[in-house]
Amino acid sequence: MNRLAAPWLVLALLLLPSAPGLAQSRSETLLVVVELGPNSMDIHGVGANRPAYQSSWNLYDRLMTYGVKTLPDGGRMYDYSVLRPELAESWQIAPDGMSVTFKLRKDAHFHDGTPVTAKDVKWSFDRAVTVGGFPTFQMKAGSLEKPEQFVVVDDYTFRVTFLRKDKLTMPDLAVPVPVIMNSELAKKHATATDPWAMEWVKNNDAGGGAYKLESWKPGQESIYVRFDEWKSGPLPKIKRVIVREVPSAGNRRALLERGDADISFDLPPKDFSEIAAAGKLAVAAHPVENAHAYVGMNVKNPPFNNVKVRQAVAYALPYEKIFHSVMFDRGALLMGNPIATNTFGYDPKLSPYKTDVAKAKALMAEAGVPNGFETQLYFDQGFATVNEPAAVLVQESLAQIGIKTTINKIPGANWRSLMLKKEMPIYLNAFGGWLNYPEYLFFWNYHGQNAVFNTMSYQNPEMDKLIDAARFEPDQKKYAELVRAFTKLAIADVPRVPLVQPNLDVAMQKGITGYQYWFHRQLDFRQLGKN
Amino acid sequence: MLRLIGRRLLAAAPGLAGVLVVTFLLTRALPGDPAAFFAGPAATREAIEEIRRSLGLDRPLTVQFGFYVHDLARGDLGKSLTTGQPVRSDLLSRLPASLELTACGLLLAIGIALPLGVLAATRPGSWVDHLCRMLTTAGVSLPIFFTGLLLVYVFYFLLGWAPAPLGRLDAFASAPRPITGFYLLDALLSGDLGVVWPILRQLVLPAVTLGLFAMAPIARMTRAAMLGVLSSDFIRTARASGLDRRTVLVTYAFRNAMLPVVTTLGMVFSFLLGANVLVEKVFAWPGIGSYALEALIVSDYAPVQGFILTMATIYVLLNLLIDVLYGVIDPRARIEAWARSSVTAATCSARTR
Repeated sequence: MNRLAAPWLVLALLLLPSAPGLAQSRSETLLVVVELGPNSMDIHGVGANRPAYQSSWNLYDRLMTYGVKTLPDGGRMYDYSVLRPELAESWQIAPDGMSVTFKLRKDAHFHDGTPVTAKDVKWSFDRAVTVGGFPTFQMKAGSLEKPEQFVVVDDYTFRVTFLRKDKLTMPDLAVPVPVIMNSELAKKHATATDPWAMEWVKNNDAGGGAYKLESWKPGQESIYVRFDEWKSGPLPKIKRVIVREVPSAGNRRALLERGDADISFDLPPKDFSEIAAAGKLAVAAHPVENAHAYVGMNVKNPPFNNVKVRQAVAYALPYEKIFHSVMFDRGALLMGNPIATNTFGYDPKLSPYKTDVAKAKALMAEAGVPNGFETQLYFDQGFATVNEPAAVLVQESLAQIGIKTTINKIPGANWRSLMLKKEMPIYLNAFGGWLNYPEYLFFWNYHGQNAVFNTMSYQNPEMDKLIDAARFEPDQKKYAELVRAFTKLAIADVPRVPLVQPNLDVAMQKGITGYQYWFHRQLDFRQLGKN
Repeated sequence: MLRLIGRRLLAAAPGLAGVLVVTFLLTRALPGDPAAFFAGPAATREAIEEIRRSLGLDRPLTVQFGFYVHDLARGDLGKSLTTGQPVRSDLLSRLPASLELTACGLLLAIGIALPLGVLAATRPGSWVDHLCRMLTTAGVSLPIFFTGLLLVYVFYFLLGWAPAPLGRLDAFASAPRPITGFYLLDALLSGDLGVVWPILRQLVLPAVTLGLFAMAPIARMTRAAMLGVLSSDFIRTARASGLDRRTVLVTYAFRNAMLPVVTTLGMVFSFLLGANVLVEKVFAWPGIGSYALEALIVSDYAPVQGFILTMATIYVLLNLLIDVLYGVIDPRARIEAWARSSVTAATCSARTR
């Protein structure tokens, strides 16, 4: 019996409460627990994942940043209508509107002490438009395409010439991609085969942002310390930030509730709703701008190439039920409206769709398929907490109008390739755009250029004309008309049925101050504080 | 002895080569397109083709395999796209974490299962025997992640006795100077005794979770082997000769019963090393199991191949170790193995199963 008892005794001893020595460093340190950590410190890198945006955002400065606005509920979010100085002290658009000249602040230094000059800005922007992949693509979204557009006037003056008048050019210079890198430092690590030092910047800090990289164990944790000589804004309050990967959502919640962790994103909606109700922790909730979760249908192949069938689906879907029992009322109901509630052009009256089984059945009969058909419903298993119950509800409601669906769960790696193939007859997915303009979402999702997000393969020349016109329309009234026109067209043709606008929820200790919602949906350490 | 080891290693080579080919083909047969995944969300078809070219995935399989073997010969296992790091350094930094946890779990299991099995065998039908049966049944039937979550819930969330399930070390403690990668060993080697306590605290719950699971086969095997040995002729003779109970039990019975138990231990260890992926997930343990799983989900070939190759190598080494241990426990096995290994080394590996 002694032998049996001994291990348990040791166990009990080991489990005794911990020593108090750690408490002091805690007050200046923020512990963030996440599901997935960064795979790169370089946002220009191949395959840089979403958490890499967060690292990059805090390690690097950009020329400009966005303003902040306070919401009616007291929450704070970035203000896309206001651009503020970051590395640039000021800027001036040329009288002809075809270039912008930035004056850089003269007191800014990189983390290694090198002063920041215009040649660093040029090198960084050249890099972004040259290396290909995501950064080049994002720059292009703001008509920033060629190195010749970026001109060093003198050490502290930098000019960007425009290819065309594009209202996304200036906002696109404040997104996470156009970071300013320490070009001298990076060039030391460049090789003939790797002229942009991709390999080195991926694992190291070549920035001048408010935080320096203290250490990084990929797949485990990354630690950031404040850069005390940072000049591009008010000195952040938090001295050190530890981002730990905790794969189990239940444990992330437990860590928060026990007070061991300070902040967590990525919990299931149910957890957020329970945490908010319990009131022990603070939950910051923001409907994600320019985003919707939707049911998409392949318009190239039968049976969903028939618009009547698609409309029938739009009348059969259980909008409220999904919003209530899958999203736990977090976010906003869209009822078929492609434009999110906090995006220009939102008008709840535009979409006629609601759950109306009789009408759906009538439309099925009109389409010539009164007895329905069998088809396959797809979703990405990576987001199964939301997708799985939603798929079951969709399946149930479609069965009422005779559409029998088999549910296919697709693992993450396969999902992207299925999206590219554009053969899924009916599927669940979501989209969110960084820049909060309706034509930006439409360009990716409804335009005939057939980007990967247009998984429905929807191509309509009339739609393309409206989207292209809206993008470059300077007159606000005409612009509003164009937005209204393409929204109506998307609702009538209904290649996809937007269901809800999801929330970005963040749970944190009550003592955490200054949290601010960003369009990139990552944490900005700079505004945070801890009481 | 050395010759035996050399022969065994040589005999393992074709097996490892087979593993190499099969894992290479299997990972390629996985659904999913790594190029599409890593080209990023907004990629065009051209961008994806570009990534495919840069990853070498547009080449024929034979050429890809050639590159793979060529790199492997130089100790290069390729690069993980998920962590962005070379697979070799990922595995080197994560393998000790898994081994340390598995070893602790196994030690814990042995510490409980061996005495329990022996006691149960000496007193069949008694309460100890029933306890043994109950514990082993529970150990096998409780899913490992369930035990893990339950322990976290009770000991961390409700009682607050256990530290936060944050991996190998509390976020605010600093790791010992890396020497072997085994935190406990490193802490002791570098004389950093202050960190031993935090390391042990983090280890307890995951090790208990693994231990509960590993205990069952060990206890059952110990009990069965002891029962078999205790009823054999030489034990009867020993007892009849008037040897005291302790000598009979420990010197004669237990030593003989150890053979099947050691075999089981080897199997349990290699099994645990692969199976602790769930424990790693629950306790945010940065081991190789969770690493391979993450890679598998995104069709990241190199880490999966590296993982399987590592596991195969460990398995070969483990079997070798068990064979050597056999020789230590039972000299007859040594002679037999010697004789057999000179005939054909391959049959030896069959015997250890």
